Amino acid sequence: MATVAPTRPRAGRNAEIGLLLLALVVGVSAYAIVGLNLSGELPPDLWRHLALLAGMAVVLHLALRWRAPDADPVMLPLVIGLNGLGLAMIARIDVSLESRGLTAGFAGRQLTWTIIGVALAVATIVLLRDHRMLRRFTFSAMVAGLVLLCLPMVPVIGREINGARLWIGVGGMSFQPAELAKILLAVFFAGYFVTRRDALTLAGTTMLGLRFPRLSDLFPIVLIWAISVGVLVVERDLGTSLLFFGLFVSMLYVATEKVSWIVIGLLLVAVGVVFAYLTFPYVAARFDVWLHALDPEIFNRDPGGSGQLVRGLFGLAAGGLMGTGLGQGHPDLVPYANSDFIVASLGEELGLTGLLAILIMYLVVAQRGLRAAIGVRDGFGKLLAAGFAFVIAFQVFVVVGGVTRLIPLTGLTMPFMAAGGSSLVANWIIVAIMLRVSDAARRPAPSGAGSVVGNETAAIALADLDRHAARTSSPRSLFGWDHVTDAETSSSSAVAHEDDTFASAPTEHIGTRSDLAAIADDRLTSPAHDTGETEAGAGTSRARLDGPGGSERGTSERVVGLARDVPGTADRDPDPGATGVIDPDEERETSR
Amino acid sequence: MNSPLRRLSVVVLAMFVLLMGNATWVQYGPPAGALNDDPRNVRTIYREFGRDRGPIVVAGDQVAYSEPVDDPFGFQRIYTDGPLYAPVTGHFSIVFQSTGVERYANDVLNGTDASLLLQRIQQLFTGGSQQGGSVELTIDPAAQQAAWDLLGDQRGAVVALDPRTGAILAMVSKPSYDPSVLAGHSTSAVNEAWQELLEDPDDPMVNRTIAGDLYPPGSTFKLVDLAMILESGEYTPDSEVPAPTEYTPPGTSTPIRNPGGAVCGNGTTATLTEALRVSCNTPFSSLAVQMGADALQEQAEAFGFNQDLEVPMRVTPSVFPSDLNDPQLAQSAIGQFDVRATPMQMAMVSAAIANDGVLMTPYLVATERGPNLDVTGTAEPTVFSRPISAATASMMTEMMVNVVDNGTGYPAQIAGVEVAGKTGTAQSGIEGVAPSAWFTAFAPADDPQVAVAVVVEEGGDLGNEATGSRVAAPIAAGVIQAVLGS
Repeated sequence: MATVAPTRPRAGRNAEIGLLLLALVVGVSAYAIVGLNLSGELPPDLWRHLALLAGMAVVLHLALRWRAPDADPVMLPLVIGLNGLGLAMIARIDVSLESRGLTAGFAGRQLTWTIIGVALAVATIVLLRDHRMLRRFTFSAMVAGLVLLCLPMVPVIGREINGARLWIGVGGMSFQPAELAKILLAVFFAGYFVTRRDALTLAGTTMLGLRFPRLSDLFPIVLIWAISVGVLVVERDLGTSLLFFGLFVSMLYVATEKVSWIVIGLLLVAVGVVFAYLTFPYVAARFDVWLHALDPEIFNRDPGGSGQLVRGLFGLAAGGLMGTGLGQGHPDLVPYANSDFIVASLGEELGLTGLLAILIMYLVVAQRGLRAAIGVRDGFGKLLAAGFAFVIAFQVFVVVGGVTRLIPLTGLTMPFMAAGGSSLVANWIIVAIMLRVSDAARRPAPSGAGSVVGNETAAIALADLDRHAARTSSPRSLFGWDHVTDAETSSSSAVAHEDDTFASAPTEHIGTRSDLAAIADDRLTSPAHDTGETEAGAGTSRARLDGPGGSERGTSERVVGLARDVPGTADRDPDPGATGVIDPDEERETSR
Repeated sequence: MNSPLRRLSVVVLAMFVLLMGNATWVQYGPPAGALNDDPRNVRTIYREFGRDRGPIVVAGDQVAYSEPVDDPFGFQRIYTDGPLYAPVTGHFSIVFQSTGVERYANDVLNGTDASLLLQRIQQLFTGGSQQGGSVELTIDPAAQQAAWDLLGDQRGAVVALDPRTGAILAMVSKPSYDPSVLAGHSTSAVNEAWQELLEDPDDPMVNRTIAGDLYPPGSTFKLVDLAMILESGEYTPDSEVPAPTEYTPPGTSTPIRNPGGAVCGNGTTATLTEALRVSCNTPFSSLAVQMGADALQEQAEAFGFNQDLEVPMRVTPSVFPSDLNDPQLAQSAIGQFDVRATPMQMAMVSAAIANDGVLMTPYLVATERGPNLDVTGTAEPTVFSRPISAATASMMTEMMVNVVDNGTGYPAQIAGVEVAGKTGTAQSGIEGVAPSAWFTAFAPADDPQVAVAVVVEEGGDLGNEATGSRVAAPIAAGVIQAVLGS
């Protein structure tokens, strides 16, 4: 028999409205303060700015209500807030650039790109009814991703900016295709790993206590990785290269649960770093800049000096605890103050306090994404959400770490904040996909899902379940983990032992592996009209329980169904009689 | 896959904790201070210039103030009468270190001084940007202008003090410069102006009153000798002292003669009053040798020689050398050899005599005010030293009045005002370089309100013909009149 999670997470669409208002207040008042502090009056286009941002928030919110009503309510407001703050800072730096007679007008362009990004995000939410649809494009995504990566090397459309050949130019617009390739490669990695995970996990040789994968399983992955990184080395962009690598290793680790991948990954990084340091003078220069930033010799070196980094540090130090206030610092003294170094600009004018708040916003976005990955039932969705969440967190780490001299500086943009259309658009699409996955993750178990269907006992149980859900609301932590205390777990497993009529104890949590196995056994021997298919499914789940990754299962997660997942597209109209097609790759022990 | 996902979320959390820790370290930890003080950090200058820096005020008029301008710095420093007040205000430059009151009262002017803490907190709550406080100087604009006009095109310096308090009434140094050219916001223009000023052989940026090349004080130093002689108690103004036409100190064959080789007194002796009136050299040299180098050094140091002083600018200590042999001492006693003095020092000597032997510490800043004009600090006159007794002071006053009334100081006479003074004509010791003309004085003798010291380099307009009497004394008289008239 199966057990069920009784509590339906609140969708939180109404809470989202409140948070969106807060995000708009932050973004728009920052914009207003910039005007007040720089010219003494409110920006003339303040109302237009407010209307556009609010309009985008409303459209996104309505799209979610319509097509993803259970999506995470926190992620969107955070992203709107970050985007709004970024717009305000870019507008602020525009003013300084103008007063120094330099090219400005970044704010208008960024606003246009925001609208494009939001439009694409809305389209993604509306058109992508189920994230598993993306799995169909696993290999086309790979091809498209690699093509995008290679585009800047095409003679006519490729553009080289500051020594990195990372842009394509069409007409007057330039675009960084690597940002979109990021999405496509994540889709490919997710699709590929989820298909091959058993091979990647189970086969291989053990060495030094770690199980290393077979070379034949490894080969295609390493090939793709080598191509993407190779392309980036040719295009001379260290940051994107690092980002792809992080994405690749993290997704591989999640897919295989094998620490050996981390070891291999770190070794590859080490080899890559040493190789790049010895081979490329610009990489060696980056390391010099990092280690000896304040040396006058390195400071004044041109090109490849530490001037930009150190000026950014000057800005951060000038900001101190509370910051100079928007419009009252001198962030424009740092080259690329509105893109690569927007973190230094924010740190200067909003202070350590503001910078920490912004970092926490990113942290919550990433953790919410990972939460969706944990919550969603299918392996593909897990990998995809995890990849996207990690790639945002990792990008923030590389950017902020670089600007604050924690790690060598690389040329990445701060997601949602830095001036630059490609990054903004790509990250908005990423958020849309994460929202889509979180909708699937948080969607209440459709009646019938997660238990044996088509039998009267179950029907009664489900009625109980719904009643229970109506009066229970689970406490939710900052990152949205659902905590189940030990006491709760053990008491409920005790109930499970006492009452073999599993379905009549709808508030079950499975305490231990043996409980699960017992229930699985119970279910296998159940007189209900289990089909062979179901048996096979239960058998698979049993095998998986004994598998290498099963040890922690059931200790803290609410265990839902053993037998099957109902395909997401059919979630809304459960058919009690249908057993559904069981995807052998999909998780069975997933939590809510 | 949930177990690695949870571990991944811990990794993400760890990455952000690292970022936050590092950001805290950079922005609020030990490196922040070093980064803010880094000379390459243009923000430090922007921060200084971006503030509404307070004005420097002389008698109610702003001689230096900041005006909002539409450039990245936000404020332009304006000097209303730049060259006249340059030795006082100094300059406030984005390229070079500030000088003068701009530098030494910087904390008040930019609003960071501890005394302005309360007002800063108020600004924090009212949302106003940080404003600087104002600094009111002790300068008497009439005296400053008189000294400026009377020095004319001559190189030299004038200091006037209020002997009762130590307040600096005039501080003029010529040639001067306009601080405005260094306060510009164009680094290249400022650099160019700076270079030009540096290369000027007349050193216009040097404040000759307190920080120039020191001058040998010449005969004005005889006031120090006289103080020592009278303080010994063995002499009175009427005491007959040896006054040969030539005095050869022990250990040398080079004699000391009186100015112009003149006969002093009766040719063998003279009263001290007479010796001072015509500024004989031999009586002072011989008495100094008789009383010893230590005694003279002690007396000089009581007047401020070899002592540190800040007004608030640092005053270069005037020099009275140690370990003198007799010939050196004989020369030193008449303000030659290695004795060097600032005009400030010689004004202090006069001021001590004028103030009954009590030397008040000179100061330039009278009042400090917060941005809202509340007084946050007022100068408290302090005693620097008591170099002579009131009795000695009174005797010396009489003798100095005699110098002006009947002696070398006659050009300093002012109708209706009793002026006490002493001339000095200090040989440069360099062939072809004219002597420096000195005059130090105070007035009125019975109720001193101003003590002044004037030095004119290399004889001024008169060149080798110059004496303290002809060149410096009239300037002192003019400054005294300006102070008393206002």
